[in-house]
Amino acid sequence: MGSVSDKGIDRRTLDWWVDKAVQALVFIGGFSAVLFILGIFVFITKEGLGFIVGEEFSVTEFFTSPKWRPTSDNNPTYGALALIAGTASVTGLAMVVSVPFSLGAAIYISEFATGKTKELLKVLVELLAAIPSVVWGFIGLNMMNPLIIKLFDVPIGLNVLNSGVILGLMAAPIMTTLAEDALKAVPDSYREAAEAMGATRWQVSWRVALPAARHGLVAAILLGVGRGFGETMAVLMASGHSINLPSSPFDSVRALTATIAAELGETAVGSDHYQVLFTLGILLFVVTFAINLAADVFVRRSDRS
Amino acid sequence: MFEATERTLKDAQRERLVKRILLGSTILLILPVVIILAVLIWKGAPMMSFEFLFEEPTNGMTAGGIFPALIGTVWLVLVALLASVPVGVAAAIYLSEYAPDNKLTRLVNLAIINLAGVPSIVHALFGVGAFVLFAGFGTSILAASLTLAVMTLPIVIVSTRESLQAVPQAFREACWNMGATRWQTIRKVVLPNAVSGILTGVILEVSRTAGETAPIMFTGAAFFLPFLPESVFDQTMAMSLHLFVISTQVPDVPEALPYGVALVLVAMVLTMNAISVGVRTWLRGRRKW
Amino acid sequence: MVAAANKLSFSDVAVHYGDDVAFSGLSFDVRENEIFGIIGPAGSGKTSLLRAINRMDDFNSEMRVSGRIELDGHNVRAWRNVYSLRQRIGVVFPLPVGLPLTVYENVALSPRLRGIRKKAQLNEIVERCLRRAALWDEVKDRLDTLGSLLSGGQQQRLTIARALSQEPEVLLLDEFSIAVDPVTTMRIEDILKSLREELTIVLVTNLVQQARRLADRTAFMLGGELVEVGVTEELFTGGTRDDRTRQYLEGRFG
Repeated sequence: MGSVSDKGIDRRTLDWWVDKAVQALVFIGGFSAVLFILGIFVFITKEGLGFIVGEEFSVTEFFTSPKWRPTSDNNPTYGALALIAGTASVTGLAMVVSVPFSLGAAIYISEFATGKTKELLKVLVELLAAIPSVVWGFIGLNMMNPLIIKLFDVPIGLNVLNSGVILGLMAAPIMTTLAEDALKAVPDSYREAAEAMGATRWQVSWRVALPAARHGLVAAILLGVGRGFGETMAVLMASGHSINLPSSPFDSVRALTATIAAELGETAVGSDHYQVLFTLGILLFVVTFAINLAADVFVRRSDRS
Repeated sequence: MFEATERTLKDAQRERLVKRILLGSTILLILPVVIILAVLIWKGAPMMSFEFLFEEPTNGMTAGGIFPALIGTVWLVLVALLASVPVGVAAAIYLSEYAPDNKLTRLVNLAIINLAGVPSIVHALFGVGAFVLFAGFGTSILAASLTLAVMTLPIVIVSTRESLQAVPQAFREACWNMGATRWQTIRKVVLPNAVSGILTGVILEVSRTAGETAPIMFTGAAFFLPFLPESVFDQTMAMSLHLFVISTQVPDVPEALPYGVALVLVAMVLTMNAISVGVRTWLRGRRKW
Repeated sequence: MVAAANKLSFSDVAVHYGDDVAFSGLSFDVRENEIFGIIGPAGSGKTSLLRAINRMDDFNSEMRVSGRIELDGHNVRAWRNVYSLRQRIGVVFPLPVGLPLTVYENVALSPRLRGIRKKAQLNEIVERCLRRAALWDEVKDRLDTLGSLLSGGQQQRLTIARALSQEPEVLLLDEFSIAVDPVTTMRIEDILKSLREELTIVLVTNLVQQARRLADRTAFMLGGELVEVGVTEELFTGGTRDDRTRQYLEGRFG
């Protein structure tokens, strides 16, 4: 075969150009995620900014006053404390209820279950995750509500307990799956070394696997918290309608997310009420972002070890 | 000589106890689903009929069928898929085949994780600000679907990327060594073997999209609509919103009706999930290397 | 008679991975239509040498190549259409790779990428390349089997068939017999001998006797340095210029 013609080395064929074009296109696709996340922040800030820089807004009132009365005619107040407390109490209860069970399930599935049982359990956990949030809210409304009233002899069944349990069930699959991934990432050699010294399965889990996976487990819990924190419909339907600081799990509360969902439809575009709801959105976005960032830090730490 | 010592007996006991506790946790987690499904079927089954699915609601939404809501959900899902699958697959290809290991890539990955974690109501606010107002689509199927698309984009990206990365690097290198461009390699060898992951992601996305309420509440879905939508610029009814309004804001609804709606919605979603699991299992059985 | 042209030439070539040096100061020529052997212990930089020729370092940001490598007198590093460069160079690596396409499509891939569409033409190319690679008889009745499901020896011959389907000018082989049974190794060695008239072959091998059987000239690399190049038979019959080469050939180390 003869020598190379100059055309051969210099000519950029169609394929060469197509490859470059594809490279650009997929980059745009990849970068779109960044654009959207930025876009979300930009757009909600745009609509909420008016309130923040306006005269109605005071940082102290927003964060420390439980008086949320944006629709009052003569003296609207925008104290979000009760809403923040609502979100915190529901999410807190959800975590208390579901973290032990989620971790327990993750440990069982990862360290004890085998073969078909393992597959079946994993599929069932996935199904738990598939139930839409509005259906969970419906369940809170129609099943948990009467149950709580009867069981605890209280007048209202739509409260922190109701939405807390529901949120716990909603956040459980993501925590279980991520915790299970974290445990799976622990090299088998660690476990085998312990087993060779005569440790039982549980001892291996407790002394070897769990400590080795601790960063991933923390990340799993954080993401579960994020999930609970950001949930809207279930909390809207199951936590009741009173805006107050809860003093017991049987109190009705209103979460930040539910407030936006409940009130946005009634506002006029550009009004103070409209804008403050966007401000709540900014708060939600920032906190979720912080939680995700923290989880990412933990995941990175687990990768490194 | 090899009698069980007292210590190993205690260990074995503790092992059994712990195992039972952990299994109990797992069952406690899964049991609610089973109970919920049972109750939904028990109370919602009476509503199931051909008319329920294919006729319009009557009597102020307290009777009749749910067809407009069903069709509306289908519209929303389809348009959302149209918008998100190409972008999602492109992003996954970028991350798996092109992206160097640098800060920009980390940023993209971080953005994807965050996008997946943004509360649904914040997505709704974004949809209102960006699609309804800024882009001028008004409250419409288009605005609602685009909002849903942004929300579920991470699902397609993650699942596609995983299946792309599952293709061994040796195949790519063999193609590159033959003088194939990156795109030719992707087109001929990598992508065809990642179709399973793409399919799984799409089906999962459909299931998530069909069930979402908050993102569509203010961007295009409505409850009392006299006409079926005729274009993407119209509003529409939707199953998820229908369930919400009917169980919270409509008086004098017969008990079975919302259960019926919930049952249909859950059945849709669980069927999609089951199909996705089925596809995954079937494809895993076909070894190609 | 005109002296055989240099197909490939290396001038003061070095390859670095970050701070590590794979090899440096490499200068040698490969003549057209010869089988050029490269021997040396593991880690002497032989694989990096091959990757530098067809610019596979483009895919590895850690790998830095300096110096001048020429194919037919043209600087490989400055080739504008790198894909056309790679198409002229066939590569066989230690691990056999059957692409997860049918056997037919494995061999038809390169022609298709170059625009050949006619079924008759593709059929002819596929059969010819599979025959040259001594694989035709074993697969002719099951061309629709997946290449990735063939045996190791068959996959390595499939790799050679694929390389031939590129219509290459140069064939690079990197320890092709490591993962393959001795019978297949013998068959491939016969194939290489028959290809000499059409191609230039660079054969990196850790099997010293294989170099003796196949290579016209052989280079000995040690610790990232080219120790010496010579006519194979001379090297093996005491004509080494460097003691290290003699020791390696006698099996003293490596």
